[in-house]
This record gives sequence, C-alpha cells and structure tokens, in this order.
Amino acid sequence: MNVQAPKPHLVKGRETAPREKLVVVGNGMSACRAVEEVLKRDADRFQVTIIGAEPRVNYNRIMLSPVLAGEKSFEEIVINDHAWYQSNDITLHTGDSVVKIDRTTKVVLCASGKVISYDRLLLATGSNPFIIPVPGNKMPGVVTFRDIEDVNVMLRTAESATNAVVIGGGLLGLEAAHGLSLRGMNVTVVHLMSTLMERQLDPAAGYLLKCELERRGVAVLVDAVTEEIVGDSKVQGVRLKDGRILPADIVVMAVGIRPNTDLAKDSGLAVNRGVQVDDHMVTSDPAIVAVGECVEHRGQCYGLVAPLWDMCIAAAGYLTAKKGDGYQGSVTSTKLKVSGIDVFSAGQFSGEEGTEDIVLRDASRGIYKRVVLKDDKVIGAVLFGDTNDGPWYFQLMKSGEDVGPVRNFLIFGQAYAQGGSAADPTAAVAALSDEAEICGCNGVCKGTIVAAITEHGLTTLDDVRARTKASSSCGSCTGQVEKLLALTAGDAYSGERTQKTLCKCTDFTHDDVRRLIVEKGLQSIEGTMQELHWKTPDGCSSCRPALNYYLLCAWPGKYRDDMQSRFINERAHANIQKDGTYSVVPRMWGGLTSAKELRAIADVVDKFEIPTVKVTGGQRIDLLGVKKDQLPAVWADLNAAGMVSGHAYAKALRTVKTCVGSEWCRFGTQDSTGLGVKLERATWGSYMPHKFKMAVSGCPRNCAEATIKDVGVVCVDSGYEIHVGGNGGIKLRSTEFLCKVETEEEVLEYTSAFIQFYREDARYLERTAPWIERIGLEKVKSRVVDDPEGRKILAERFYLSQKHFQKDPWAERGWGGKESKEFNPLLRISGLTAEKEQAYG
Amino acid sequence: MGDQDWTDVGNINEVPRLGARTVKTPRGDVALFRTADDEIFALRDRCPHKSGPLSQGIVHGRSVTCPLHNWVISLESGEAMGADKGCTPKIPVRVENGRISIKYQPMSLQAAE
Repeated sequence: MNVQAPKPHLVKGRETAPREKLVVVGNGMSACRAVEEVLKRDADRFQVTIIGAEPRVNYNRIMLSPVLAGEKSFEEIVINDHAWYQSNDITLHTGDSVVKIDRTTKVVLCASGKVISYDRLLLATGSNPFIIPVPGNKMPGVVTFRDIEDVNVMLRTAESATNAVVIGGGLLGLEAAHGLSLRGMNVTVVHLMSTLMERQLDPAAGYLLKCELERRGVAVLVDAVTEEIVGDSKVQGVRLKDGRILPADIVVMAVGIRPNTDLAKDSGLAVNRGVQVDDHMVTSDPAIVAVGECVEHRGQCYGLVAPLWDMCIAAAGYLTAKKGDGYQGSVTSTKLKVSGIDVFSAGQFSGEEGTEDIVLRDASRGIYKRVVLKDDKVIGAVLFGDTNDGPWYFQLMKSGEDVGPVRNFLIFGQAYAQGGSAADPTAAVAALSDEAEICGCNGVCKGTIVAAITEHGLTTLDDVRARTKASSSCGSCTGQVEKLLALTAGDAYSGERTQKTLCKCTDFTHDDVRRLIVEKGLQSIEGTMQELHWKTPDGCSSCRPALNYYLLCAWPGKYRDDMQSRFINERAHANIQKDGTYSVVPRMWGGLTSAKELRAIADVVDKFEIPTVKVTGGQRIDLLGVKKDQLPAVWADLNAAGMVSGHAYAKALRTVKTCVGSEWCRFGTQDSTGLGVKLERATWGSYMPHKFKMAVSGCPRNCAEATIKDVGVVCVDSGYEIHVGGNGGIKLRSTEFLCKVETEEEVLEYTSAFIQFYREDARYLERTAPWIERIGLEKVKSRVVDDPEGRKILAERFYLSQKHFQKDPWAERGWGGKESKEFNPLLRISGLTAEKEQAYG
Repeated sequence: MGDQDWTDVGNINEVPRLGARTVKTPRGDVALFRTADDEIFALRDRCPHKSGPLSQGIVHGRSVTCPLHNWVISLESGEAMGADKGCTPKIPVRVENGRISIKYQPMSLQAAE
C-alpha cells in the first residue's frame, strides 16, 4: 500500500499560525482537481490530507476505456503522481475509507481505525455503479466498469475466455464492449431501451451507432430485458426475458451510476438523490463542502467531467474565502468518441410541440446532423460522424441567439453559415466566440487557450496541453487546438501542419502517422484509421498502401499484411503492363545466371508463348506479356529450376548490379560480384518505402554505375567505399559518400543499418535521394556511421525483420498456394453466341 | 425481365472485401467489386482512360483506383471522378441469399429476342 506517514508540517514562509486542516474524502478526479484549485488560489492556507479507498494515486477514470482497449497503460492515465502529493505537502492515505464523520468534534474515523481531525472537510465520494437486481448478479464473473480493478478483471478474463455480455448500451457499456472486442472476445451488448445511448442520441443517430458497432463485430440487442445471470459457481450466461440465453464468461454491468451518499447520510447531512449543496458547494454543514458525482445541485446530479470542474472552482473559492459567483449549474453537451466513432449531443431533441428540425444525412459518409430549433433559437443538436460544429451549435444554444438570419445554412456548419463559401475548418475555429468550449473533457474554452498562447508564447500542442489541459484527455479536440495555435501564434507556431498531410483522408502527416502507430501500438489499418480520426471509411489508394507499409515495418511478424491495400504489382507479384498483362522477372543473384537457369527461362518462354524477352537495366531477364492466370504456372516452372521472385514489381530491394571484379577483371580490386551476391542474399524480400537498388563496382572505374544507386559500393585497394542516395531516374542524382570500411562484413552491417534507418524514417514512396536531401547526410551519418552501438541495433532490427520477410512469394502463391483466387476469374462464361469478339458497351 | 436473363456467377464470399474478381464472358471481362460494407458492383473491366483493368485496382469507399494511371472510377455510376472525364459501362448485378448474378446481355440483344 502506498500509505505515507504524516509528515511534520514544513513551514513555507509562514512562521506563525498553524495551517488549517483540510481533509478530503475521496482521491478521484474531482477530489484532486478541487485541491489543485485550492492550491492555485492559496497554496499555504491548508494542511491537506486525502483519504482514498482505492490503493493508488489519482488517475483519469475517463481513460479506463483506452486501458481496456490496450491503447494506454495505467501509468499513462495517472493525473497526480506521488511527486505531486509530496511537492504539495499533501498527506495521502490510500486503501482506506472514512466510515464516520463526527461533526461536533470535527474528526473523521477511518476503516483502519485512524482518527483525523479537520477544520474543513471536502467530500468527493463519487458514485457507485448500479447493479441491476436480478438473480445471480453477485456471482463471480459479474463486474462493473468503474475502476482499474474492474479493467484488470476484464483483461484477465479476455486472456482465456471467449464470450462477454455487456448489460447497458450507454457510453460506458459501449466503451467496455469495444475494449473487450479489441481484446478478442465475442461481445454482445444487451440494452433495455430501443436506442443506444438514448439519453444522448436520437433514434437515427442511435441506429447509425448500432450499425457501426455491428460492422465492427459487436452484437447489439436492443429492447432486451435481462432476467437472470445464470451459472453454477461462476457466470455462464445471461438469460433474457424472451427466454434466450447468451453464453458469457464475463458480464459487465454498465447500466448507470448512483451518487455515493452513504457517508453523508450517516453523518446527518442533507441528502436527496445526492449530497445537497448550495452554489458554493457547501453542504448543510458550513464546514463541509462536496463536489463531483456525489452531489446534487439545484436538483441535478452530474456524471460528466466538465460540470465537475466548475464545481471544483466554486468550492475552492469558498474554501479560500475568495468567493466568486459560485456554481450556476451546467448545461451539458456531450462530445464523445464512442469506440472511435465521433458523436455529439446537446440540449433537447425529443421533438416536442413547437420545435423544428433541420436534418442533414450523408449515408455514404456515415454522417447525420440534426439541429433542433424553437422560435428560431437552437435548443438541441445531435451530430454523428462529423462533430466539428458541435461546439458552435452548443454555443448558439447557450447564448440563445436568434439564428433566423442563418437558418438556411445552419446545418452546413459555422464556416458556411457565416459566409465562408467552403467549409474551411480554420475559419470555423476562428469564428468561434471566446466562450466557446473547445475541450469538453477539461472544460477549456477558446478564450483561455488563446490567452495562454499569447501570454506564454506557446508554440506547440504539448505546450498548450501542459498549460491549459486542453486536448490532454481524450484528444478529440486536437485538430481545433492546433488550428487555434496556427491562428494565434502565426508564424511562431512550430506547426505540424506546415507539412503536407498523408492524403486527403487524414489531417495527420506521414511522420505523425508513423509515430502514432508506434506510440499507440496500432496494429491494423482499420484501427489506425479509427484512432487517428480518418475522414473516409476505408481510406484511398494513397493512404492504404502507406499504412500497410508503416504497419508492416513497425510490427514485423505480428502485423498481417493486407493484400487489398497493396498495389496490384505487389498483390500479383508481377508488373502490370499497359494491356493488363504482366511481366515476370526471376532473381539472378548479383546478376549471375547459369545455363540451367537460362534453359528453364527459355522453356518457360516457349511453353507459355511469352511474346517478349528483354534484358533489364538491373542485369536481369524480363519476360513480358504473361497473362495473369498464367502467373502461378510460370512461377512454378521457374521455382522448379531454383529461381525465385526478383521483386521487380515491389517497393523493396530490386537488384544488386555488379561488375565482374577481381575474379576476372584486370583492374578489379575486390570480389565485387561475390559481395553483390552476399548483399542481395542479405537484403532481398525486405519491403521498403520505395524501390531500392544497389550496385557493387570492383574499382573506381565504376562499371556497375554504383554512384546512381540507393546504395553503391565502390571497391578500392584498401577496402570499400559506401555511397548512398543516388538516383538514375527522373531527377539524376549522384550518391553522397557515406564512409569507407575495410571488410565485407562491415559493408553488410553498414548497409543493413542504412536500409533499416531508411525503412523506419522515410515516408512511403520517398526514394533515398529525396529522403537524404530532406533530412541531410549528417543525420544519416550520425545514425549509421558515428554511433556504432546504434548501428548494430538498427542492423539487428533489420535482420529480425528479414526473418519474417525472406519468403519467396512465388513459392507461397504458386499453384494451389495462398490466395490463388487472386489469379483466377470467378467464372468463365463461354459459348453464348457467335459474337465472341464483340465487346461490351 | 425474367429470371432467365440473370446469370449466377458465384458466392459473395469469393470476392474479397475491398477487392474484385472478374467474370470472363464472350463479350469481354466483367469486374465485380465488393466494398467494405459488402455491397457488390459490376462494371466492364476497362478504364475509360486507357482501358486499364479496373478489377486490379484498389477499392476504397464506393470507388476504385485504376492500376495504370490512378484514375478514380465511381463504382455506382462508372464515371471517372474528380477532374477526369469518362465513363465505364455498368453491368446489372444483384445479390440474393449471398449469390451474385449479373445480366450480361446488352440491352440491344434483349430487345431483339
């Protein structure tokens, strides 16, 4: 347990009067935020003691879903670590709970027997998950989704068991379902009502959400009444009222929360649904304030984060005798990512008398927007799929502005309605008022962010996050915060956005995407698109191949190559030609061949009536005009003669071109042919950002043209010069000299390290020449030449990756092999009429 | 239009999601595309640009990118999208009980029957 012994009070500046004792019951998000607000106003006023029932420091409960989904670790969701408690001189008792408050003597009694006296008491006991009263609800295997222990139970179960049932189709239930599904369980959501998240969404949006979840493999049962949880000693299933039994190894109850008021009630405080408080969060006892999910303010209880922050501000004002206007209640809006799906709702949308609806649907993009008006004022909004204008509608709703003048354009969003001819997202953010809320999680409005940027000269997203907390929780407002940075800081903005985005499907750049794939542990194209807010359902022909490569490079052996995201040449392992036929190039190691190979090639040419045979620039033989359905048979014959795919079609090592070197040539200084073969044997099969060519010349006469290759080795008497970044294509570029080494082993190690650095750093479809021009040769040298340790690590990573990729695709996909249907038509229809040659259309 | 006009060509599962298969007919190849949402579209397997085999392209949303010069063709209309102009003939297609059938006779022939 992390119990700390109470420390002697450290005197900071104040020598005289001992500080007042502030005791905080609860160690959750509201409790700690309230303490932060108090410290912000008067750091020396109180000696603070926090008592929390969970055996750990304060963490972000909202982020339990990403922990369950495997996207974050517990450490990453900690808000206040031990250092925070220590540096603020706060005594923390974890794993202990307060069982009684004696208000006359002003002491609290803990379960551990501790007695702690207070001058002021802050209650932040939060809420308890509601457990539906059905038989079996206490059986092992029934969990809630409230704290990290619940998550740990779910994770343990997911390791060995298959079926999960989540009772409750609200936000929490759907997050649990999504997480368990990502963990490989078969998940069924059982929801009592006919619409998912019926308190936040109207039926249309609820339906879209249901469809989207089902598309992702989560079963959703609506209008489903749970009657019993069945099982002998542990959960085996859930029986519904209609008699169906759903098999379950774990049942997650996520039907709602109830304010935790037991302690307040027992202590004689005024309690209704929650602990009753006034506008300054003061309970019926003036020495005791309460904040968070346990309170009831003006008849309202809140379960969302934003209102809690406002309560903490009001409470801190009261405690430090700096009373402001107090808490005025919250009009809440919900901007959520439900399982990666953007959803926004605010206000009313039940369609009562006198209300009007404006609706926009774009089924193919999965977008639904509905704004509810009454007397030309916005009273509610539901957005699904595109939630960018949520804050604007919310702002219009709170201000009660007359939207009559813009109502024709209202549904198209702020930028459009306010005169922009196109929906420019930057203009939309610029047009927001200072009070408009940007970060819903932390209740940060535009004015606060802009002020922070100006006052503190902030230039990066991380600066803004650190200073204002905006965008630091769920991250769904990141785009807006970046636009504010760009607008406010202008040229000073360090600007992720000065780089081009990967493609039109995303706001992220190539580099962002690569970094986030590794940081967030994203291991699928779909997951990456979801997590990074892709704007199209399944990307485009630009981003899919790029993502496939990035994932392949980041997770060798783990990531399952997605054939449908590869360009046809890499899918068919041959080069498509203008007439739809293919060319086939067998590998000839270092440009060497033999009579046996040439005979086999000749036989293949005869057998399949291949029309053109040509020698390539890379010292290989190209067979042109092969029909797609012939490919597996052609490969089988070439394989039989010992030849493998030459990868002439791939973003991968193409060829290692060589001259004959010291074995034959009177000028040759080293065995350039032999080294070329070794290099090719070591590097073939490795997928790269773009095609990759190498050459080894036996002397500086450079007959292998090594100085226009991605890697060119030029042999000299005393060893080997390694040159990099050459290109003989559209833009001729000579290599730059990387370094000189003495042995063939070193050539192999340096080349492997260089390739791996290129694989990990360059953008998809960036050859080494523009890559080196972009990052500078010095950068390459610092990684590959000057840092022997780093070079070895890079080379090791390359060898490891090669273990997974050095498989001949021709052998794998030849006759009867993997995905053979790629090469065959679904059906051949023949003998219809005599008009055989007449084409369609 | 009777059922005899429709030809069963296979099961929807034989066409990969976000991929395509071809049907060879005496009147040229037909490309069958399957979207992420399991919708099936059929077009003549020729790009309006330079006759590239659309069936070999990358399928995304309800469109396909031609493998030869990256024209993007709408699967719904057969029209080239963006700045490009051109159209590929659509082939009538339907899916019933997981079976795909196409109507591969041109309209003109039908009228003559």
